[in-house]
Amino acid sequence: MKTFIVHFLIAFFGSYVYFKYGDPLVPYNAIWAVLVASFIMFLLWLTSPFYHRAYFHKLPQAISLFVYFLKELVVANFRVAYDILTPNYRMNPAVVAVPLTVSTDMEITLLATIITLTPGSLMIDVSADRKYIYMHTLYVKDNDMEAAKQEVKDGFERRILKLTR
Amino acid sequence: MLDNINFLLIREIVSSVLIIMGVIFMLISSIGLLRFPDFYIRMSAITKGATLGLGLILTGMGIYFNEPDMLLKVLLIIGFTFLTSPVAAHVIGRTAVRNKIPFWGPTDLEEFKDYLRKEHSNHRDHERDNKHL
Repeated sequence: MKTFIVHFLIAFFGSYVYFKYGDPLVPYNAIWAVLVASFIMFLLWLTSPFYHRAYFHKLPQAISLFVYFLKELVVANFRVAYDILTPNYRMNPAVVAVPLTVSTDMEITLLATIITLTPGSLMIDVSADRKYIYMHTLYVKDNDMEAAKQEVKDGFERRILKLTR
Repeated sequence: MLDNINFLLIREIVSSVLIIMGVIFMLISSIGLLRFPDFYIRMSAITKGATLGLGLILTGMGIYFNEPDMLLKVLLIIGFTFLTSPVAAHVIGRTAVRNKIPFWGPTDLEEFKDYLRKEHSNHRDHERDNKHL
């Protein structure tokens, strides 16, 4: 995580300085700026096995978590938008207690933030013994609470565990 | 070949599409805020729609103005919004549970009963505060 932040800052300010004060080969626009920053990140990532071996494996998993999160965000937003715009409610809300495999503060915070940002689900609380999180969710198919829990555990929690362990 | 492409036009089209999508998301979530049946569902509609809408609008703006400074500020604003808005939603939701805001009728509270009972018997702070006022 520390390595990622340092690399990200180097890449960001590297491309910033390149376009602001350097003599760019390409005209400035958002796409080129992102491409140059990604290229610097990629070069730094290739050097990382020499000082931080785990980071070399974890960056691809972090990217996969991010892409999966963006996909879920857009898909779920469309699902809620459809429910808002059509006259009948398709939703079947419930408060489910999702059993946690993740244990540290960082992982629980990450999971809770991601769940709250995905439309249709809202974190209410973490139980006192950190075994469960209480999640208010809008779409429970056929009153099948286990399926709703399994969706969270297989989707986000598995990816977070891969990233942090 | 490259000289013939009108970059300004492309930028304008891309940023317009992004901004219009963001505005539509915000509009839809505002309608949801009026239409949905209870507090919790309304809140889950408004926080997410507004966050995604804001992200899209700001991305469109960063692409349109085409300056490094603007892109830096836009990315920072998006990052901080995505970090803080779930925390706000979490705190508001928990406060609502503690203050006994009712759930919508069909909501399945089977697994939440124990938590609710404990929470409502332990925390009488709000009642005491209201009496004090």
